Amino acid sequence: MNPMLNLWLIPILPLAGAAINGFLGKKSSRAAVTIVALFFSGAALAWALWVAMRFSSLALPYHEYLVHWIRSGNFSVDFAFYLDQLSLVMLLVVTGVGFLIHIYSVGYIWEDPSYYRFFSYLNLFMFFMLTLVLASNYLMMFIGWEGVGLASYLLIGFWFTKDSAASAGKKAFIVNRIGDFGFLIALFLLIKHFGSLNFDQVFQSITPLGAETAGAGLLTTIGILLMVGAAGKSAQIPLYVWLPDAMEGPTPVSALIHAATMVTAGVYMVSRSHVIFERAPIALTVVAIIGTLTAFFAATIGIAQTDIKKVLAYSTISQLGYMFMACGVGAFSAGIFHLMTHAFFKGLLFLAAGSVIHAVGGEQDMRKMGGLRSYIPWTFLTMGIATLAISGIPPLAGFWSKDEILWKAYQVSWLYWLIGLITAFITSFYMFRLLFMTFFGDYRGARVDEHGHGSHGHDEHGHGEPHESPMVMLAPLMILALLSLVGGLVGIGNGFEHFLAPVFGTSEVAEAAGRGTELLLMGVSVVVALLGWLLAYWLYCVRPELPQKIGDSLDGLYEAVVHKYYIDELYAAIFVRPLINGSTRILWQGVDRKIIDAAVNDAGDGARHVSDEVRHMQSGNIRSYAGWIAAGSAVVIAFMIWMGVR
Amino acid sequence: MSFHLILFLAFGAVCVGGAVNLLAQRHPINSALSLIAVMAALAGEYLLLGAEFVAAVQVIVYAGAVMVLFVFVIMLLNAGEEEETKGSHVAFLLGVPGVLTGSVLTAWVMVRHSGTEAVAIGALPGHPTDIAQLLFHDFLLPFEVTSVLILIAIMGAVVLASKPEATARKVD
Amino acid sequence: MVPLSYYLVLSGFLFACGVIGFLIKRNIITIFMSIELMLNGVNLSFVAFAAHWHALAGQVFVFFVMVVAAAEAAVGLAIIIAVYRTRETLNVDQVNLLKL
Repeated sequence: MNPMLNLWLIPILPLAGAAINGFLGKKSSRAAVTIVALFFSGAALAWALWVAMRFSSLALPYHEYLVHWIRSGNFSVDFAFYLDQLSLVMLLVVTGVGFLIHIYSVGYIWEDPSYYRFFSYLNLFMFFMLTLVLASNYLMMFIGWEGVGLASYLLIGFWFTKDSAASAGKKAFIVNRIGDFGFLIALFLLIKHFGSLNFDQVFQSITPLGAETAGAGLLTTIGILLMVGAAGKSAQIPLYVWLPDAMEGPTPVSALIHAATMVTAGVYMVSRSHVIFERAPIALTVVAIIGTLTAFFAATIGIAQTDIKKVLAYSTISQLGYMFMACGVGAFSAGIFHLMTHAFFKGLLFLAAGSVIHAVGGEQDMRKMGGLRSYIPWTFLTMGIATLAISGIPPLAGFWSKDEILWKAYQVSWLYWLIGLITAFITSFYMFRLLFMTFFGDYRGARVDEHGHGSHGHDEHGHGEPHESPMVMLAPLMILALLSLVGGLVGIGNGFEHFLAPVFGTSEVAEAAGRGTELLLMGVSVVVALLGWLLAYWLYCVRPELPQKIGDSLDGLYEAVVHKYYIDELYAAIFVRPLINGSTRILWQGVDRKIIDAAVNDAGDGARHVSDEVRHMQSGNIRSYAGWIAAGSAVVIAFMIWMGVR
Repeated sequence: MSFHLILFLAFGAVCVGGAVNLLAQRHPINSALSLIAVMAALAGEYLLLGAEFVAAVQVIVYAGAVMVLFVFVIMLLNAGEEEETKGSHVAFLLGVPGVLTGSVLTAWVMVRHSGTEAVAIGALPGHPTDIAQLLFHDFLLPFEVTSVLILIAIMGAVVLASKPEATARKVD
Repeated sequence: MVPLSYYLVLSGFLFACGVIGFLIKRNIITIFMSIELMLNGVNLSFVAFAAHWHALAGQVFVFFVMVVAAAEAAVGLAIIIAVYRTRETLNVDQVNLLKL
């Protein structure tokens, strides 16, 4: 029997923080708001660590029932929590990285007048994300799913007075909703065919079923629909378009939500549903293909971007593609491993980018940066570590996880491996391009005077020169850098995979090719990463005039890449504009004005006209009154006689 | 053709004639006199039915007091012949046909269902003592209430018909 | 022997005449007299039924009808006088201020 761990505290503590800051924060001092926000998110982290310490003594999976929710016939869903190795990993990542980003935000958002609102939203996001991760049934997961979408909308549109920020928030939420539609249909199918949404019951019902190799069946449909939901939340093709726009939000938001936690919810959901996917090979293939294509596609866009945050956004999409590729080849634990390491180095990259932006007074265009490594050495050091990690240079974290994915992919098909390898090359290239453009060469930016100018000038204290960030922002950077350095070592000797084995089963993919091939492939990927580094070095440090010439010569293709292959314009033409037109012309002017308004107005007009006619009865002439009475009584008499005669 | 029937028809003819004449006359005084004739004939009918007391009361109260009141008011107000003003269409188009249909239907029903049971001449035991018994024992409350009603009617009539200055002075 | 239905038909006829008089006459006093005619018709009906069923209570009811008719005539004529004083007319078609 398990001791009561009170898991419910972990989501509820940030919720309390959100409520306190949300309702009382406006009148409180910044210090009070900070203490509340940090206390509650820190308390959640502390509790999560305490749970982790007791983890080995638990009988897994651990269930905690809070209160019953829906009871309808045979279908019942409760507010209940669930803990196993997978949710423990997610829990620690979310609370740990989340808390670090809370600390960082204290420094980043200090100047903003809506300081309290930011932390209220941030805590609210933690609540929903933790609900998602700790849920023991799909419906609670869906609550968390929707809730993080809401928090994302609120935080992307944090500076809502800016049109672009408000639109970006809307875009994120709407595109998410499209994915959620698929998720919901999958839930309905689960309810219909398995009568429950609880993980235990559903997976127990599904386990005895055989794999659907013959063709698409129920499990394939559910799998593909779940993938639609994941594609929306985790920004895969075709629903990735919201993530680059989401960079309108403050940088800590980008770090927490769009790098480390929310976008990984899709990967978590797919991994949690591995029982379904393992029995639906077609759905798995779809997942793998989407992941691989997205990884490659986003990486190519990242080459040509000039906004530092946009590069990181496309990099996130690309890395998420890797995770889905891993899930798609059945290597779920590899996907989760990459999720964890990605949280470290991508979170670090975003926070460091925020530090850079803070240093140059709000400028985000890399063409106006350069040579910053002498001004902001600590930021440079941590960002450099993160860049090494994401490029897959050993022995940093990214190498272990990315290599694990490539190895497992190779065992299923060399094509996945090849595309993944090329993408790794491109990744290394554009990350080092970012590093060189930002920190090396000469400083191309404007002197920061009284007010920092730049397209995103939120940071407005001028000090004349780029300056290092305060310690409250640097400390999380250093901790995350440390994690990026050593975080991957848990993967040595398949340690991580063994840890997650009780969830996913051991050796999901047969070790077909053996140890030697694995080492060979490892070597190849390291070489490829180094090649990307070299190419970036040559193009941006040695011969900085070359990129422009290459871009000019590739003209049309280059333009397409810079404009993200015009996908946003395509969506606007196919989906957005017809919808808006249809809504305006048909629904608003046609249905709302002509039918509904007309019905109501005509009802009123009709009543008025009828009474206009009827009022003539009241003529004031008693003879006409008597006439009406006589006629009426004749009718009544006739009726009574008729009734009597019958 | 019994004597009873002849008398009934005679009195009935006077009733009918008086009623039609009331409708036909233009001057109200003529209508009032027709009405008196109707009431007298009705008193005759009552006698035929054996309700002597009612017949007497009819003549004394109805024809003697109420109709006299009517005649006095016609005199007082100098009511002249009726003018031809534009009346109400409803009254003619709806009301008259309505009342005609209603009464025809009722009469038809009554004739069909009440059969040919005859009422003997003088059938009612109209002894005043019995009536008094009923009136002062079983119907005592309505009797007293009607006396109050008459009192109220008197007061109302006096107030309504008095000259305005007269009432004003009384109020002061 | 006169059948009961004859009395009832006569009573109905008087009542119908009263209603028609109410409808087609324009002088208010004549209208009042039509009302009295109606009441008389009803009285006849009462007495006829009382005779038919040998129930004395029918006659007693006739008294009450007469009393009420007398009271109503008194008050009604007083009202007519009051209205005549202000409106100077006995024509009901001209007393039609209570209209919409």
